[in-house]
Amino acid sequence: MIDLEAARYLWHPIAASSDLVPRHVFHAQILGREMALWRADDDNVNAWENRCLHRGVRLSIGINDGTELLCQYHGWRYANRTAGCTYIPAHPADAPARTICNNTYPAVEHYGLIWSGDSPEGPLPLLSTVDTSFVTPLRAVTINAASQQILLPLIQGYTLQLSDTGDGSLRYGADTPDAFTIILRATDTSSDRAIPAPDIAFFLQPVDAARTTIRGILCGMDEHNTDPQALNDLLRFHNRLLCNIRDRLEKAMADEPAPTPWIPIIPTVSENQASMPAINEDGRSASLRVRVASIESLSPSVKSFRFEPLSDLPEAQLPASQPGAHIDVHLPNGLVRQYSLINGPGQTDHYAIAVKLSLPSTGGSQALHEHLREGDLLATSAPRNNFTLRRDAEHTHLVAGGIGLTPLLAMARALHHMGRPYTLHHFVSQESELFFQDELQTLSGSYHAHIGLNPSQTAVRLADILASPAEHQHLYLCGPAPMLQCARTTAADLNWQDHTVHFEYFANPEERDDSSSFDVDLARSGLTLNVPAGQSLLAVLREHGVTLPSSCEQGACGTCRVAVLQGTPDHQDVYLSDAEKARGDCLMSCVSRARSNKLTLDL
Amino acid sequence: MSPVCNDPVALGLWHPLAAVEDIQPFTEQRTRLLGQAIRYSKNHENDITVLDGDRRLPVTLAYGYVWTCLGTPAAALFDLPEYAEPDRRNVCAATVGVRVSAPRAVENFLDMGHFPFVHTGILGVEPHTEVREYRVDLDEQRDEILATECIFYQPQAAAGASGGIMADYIYRVPHPYCSVLYKSCPTDESRLDVIALFLQPVDEENVRAHALVSVIDTQSSDLDIRLFQQTIFGQDKPILENQLPKRLPLDPRAETPIRADKAAIVYRRWLRAKGLQYGVIPAAA
Ligand code: FES
Ligand SMILES: [Fe+2]
Repeated sequence: MIDLEAARYLWHPIAASSDLVPRHVFHAQILGREMALWRADDDNVNAWENRCLHRGVRLSIGINDGTELLCQYHGWRYANRTAGCTYIPAHPADAPARTICNNTYPAVEHYGLIWSGDSPEGPLPLLSTVDTSFVTPLRAVTINAASQQILLPLIQGYTLQLSDTGDGSLRYGADTPDAFTIILRATDTSSDRAIPAPDIAFFLQPVDAARTTIRGILCGMDEHNTDPQALNDLLRFHNRLLCNIRDRLEKAMADEPAPTPWIPIIPTVSENQASMPAINEDGRSASLRVRVASIESLSPSVKSFRFEPLSDLPEAQLPASQPGAHIDVHLPNGLVRQYSLINGPGQTDHYAIAVKLSLPSTGGSQALHEHLREGDLLATSAPRNNFTLRRDAEHTHLVAGGIGLTPLLAMARALHHMGRPYTLHHFVSQESELFFQDELQTLSGSYHAHIGLNPSQTAVRLADILASPAEHQHLYLCGPAPMLQCARTTAADLNWQDHTVHFEYFANPEERDDSSSFDVDLARSGLTLNVPAGQSLLAVLREHGVTLPSSCEQGACGTCRVAVLQGTPDHQDVYLSDAEKARGDCLMSCVSRARSNKLTLDL
Repeated sequence: MSPVCNDPVALGLWHPLAAVEDIQPFTEQRTRLLGQAIRYSKNHENDITVLDGDRRLPVTLAYGYVWTCLGTPAAALFDLPEYAEPDRRNVCAATVGVRVSAPRAVENFLDMGHFPFVHTGILGVEPHTEVREYRVDLDEQRDEILATECIFYQPQAAAGASGGIMADYIYRVPHPYCSVLYKSCPTDESRLDVIALFLQPVDEENVRAHALVSVIDTQSSDLDIRLFQQTIFGQDKPILENQLPKRLPLDPRAETPIRADKAAIVYRRWLRAKGLQYGVIPAAA
């Protein structure tokens, strides 16, 4: 019997590199566990549990779109590398909870094979006695037998059976460095062989309790300097020999009882994933550590920053983001600032932001532009998305002012990638402020730059752009407050329905008034608290141990939203739309207060 | 051979075997139910006999199908009053073998979210993928699940439909292995078309899915209706056969539900409360 427990900690070959052709999903199996293997366009190899977290459908029948894997059943999208779910089509207005993440397994490519395993530790099998500067994988042969039943017949087949093939001059000496590896070194007694006889390494892949795949590689033979006909003959020769070994062995074993199957344990999902997502994140958390990998000037006043994880270890991996998401960046000077991620789909090995230097700076953009260097370490929050892109629109209109392009760029990239029609308008005061133009021109949506318009010209242009609202169309706005205000009013005047207009402010332009005092009842925890003048509701909640996520803390980003069960909120934020404010069923705990004496909150 | 069922809940249910009209007189047919090989036949009086070895099993003819029970029926078969309405076309539209448990197939039937991806261009189409909030209630008295106010965008909702509509749906689950759906009738606004799915649990991980279509439609031929329904089943089959595990896990932590799966969440809870074992992976106590 093989030692199943020990085998779980080894690396096993599970496919040939050449099995992972572009945009394909390969079904692999190791120690009874099924895996969906796929190569992204950036060449990263993903080895995932072959099961969609939603309803258990095999991901090996899913679609590899080059950056994400789509499940066939309900179209959930899982990001390259992290396997984080980035989109749930049934709920286009919601950002998937970032904890929805499929099980991933390590995968490396070596010797022309893909290696993975349950929880592999340590090195790959070391082939110290053969030349691996060139390797040529043989066709994999699967045998209905356990690996330990194959070891000897395989060696014998090569050392003894060869004479059956009529090639008496070739002999192999065998060596088994571990229970799953066999090295055969050729000794050739004839001087003028037509077919080369390189050394061979065989790896036995324990597929399940009853099956083993033999993956062989020819070692040290430069294919490009080998006569193609001879190479062809050689590959056929080995294939024939292996099939022969398989047939004899299966015949000899025909009456053996089937072994007890290996049933792999599939980890259950976390408690909060199993039910509806609840608020459980703490404040402005800086849960991630990143390195500034590169800084680039996009225009005289805009720089882009690329943040990468500190290591390749799975623990260091950055959670996947969705278009519209932002991160809190904790700056060396102690400030915390929010920046939209501009990452496109599947770009999961880094976070990218673009920042405009605004002078006089309140300290954020200046710290990034002038003091940050490549190689510096920073703390950031995980991505949060309060500006979700619905992808169920028949047409999407993206309207950006200046640096407000950033979230819309991520949206344009995603829409382009999914083949959804969109139009992108970018308003800037001068031509030098345009950025990412080259890319935007190559994307499928139409791209329009509007340069140097004054406020009244901008208003006219916006009225033009927004002239014909239609069913199943959505509008996304991001830019400086006056332009946003103008665009929202224009859209409302032109009868865009409130729920089709989505916007994100950089900051809350309004003066906030915190001079009132009021009480809040917390319905779920049974507390009654007083919010005194000069203190925010959020601060009072935190003082009493009620943890809430927050980000901008000025009523612009929507992170600290709380549901209101009773009472009339005094909103003071720029996150909610007018209709949402009128409904009065939620507030932003960082700036909102009460018009009534008391509010009852769903906390 | 699959082990014989010893789940008292499944043994006490009525199960469908075949469309009455498909049974040839004087030729004995074989099938399997709950892992058990059984036989059925029709004599010249058109009486139908179902046998488990030498044992005669109870028989009910209803909704175009033959139903039987391997144990003692715990209750009469559920009501489907629309079947008796005189102006309806009742068509036994399909019997398809699917390698999946009956409860997985019921969940698929209750699930609107897969329409744009699995029944592309027929029951749904991208980008119209949203599943709006709907209601799910457990009718304690009738012991059945009712999902109402279901709305979904459909490019072609039925054999007789042309052009996209926001289709209204109502789902009933009156039996652990059967479900009935009511949807807007494309030819008569005041009526609802009925499609019922009756699953025959061949064993824990295999079913024969029988469909009854009961519609107000004077245009489509029986063949049109059958082809439509079989196309839909044919699209679901490869997805269902790739669900892991095949039996429905009742442990809430086995899978990740979303709001669109409300009906399935209630269904799983209902099965758990019934103590049904056959075709499910019971939750650890
Ligand atoms: S089962 Fe994969 S998206 Fe639903
Ligand atoms: Fe379906």
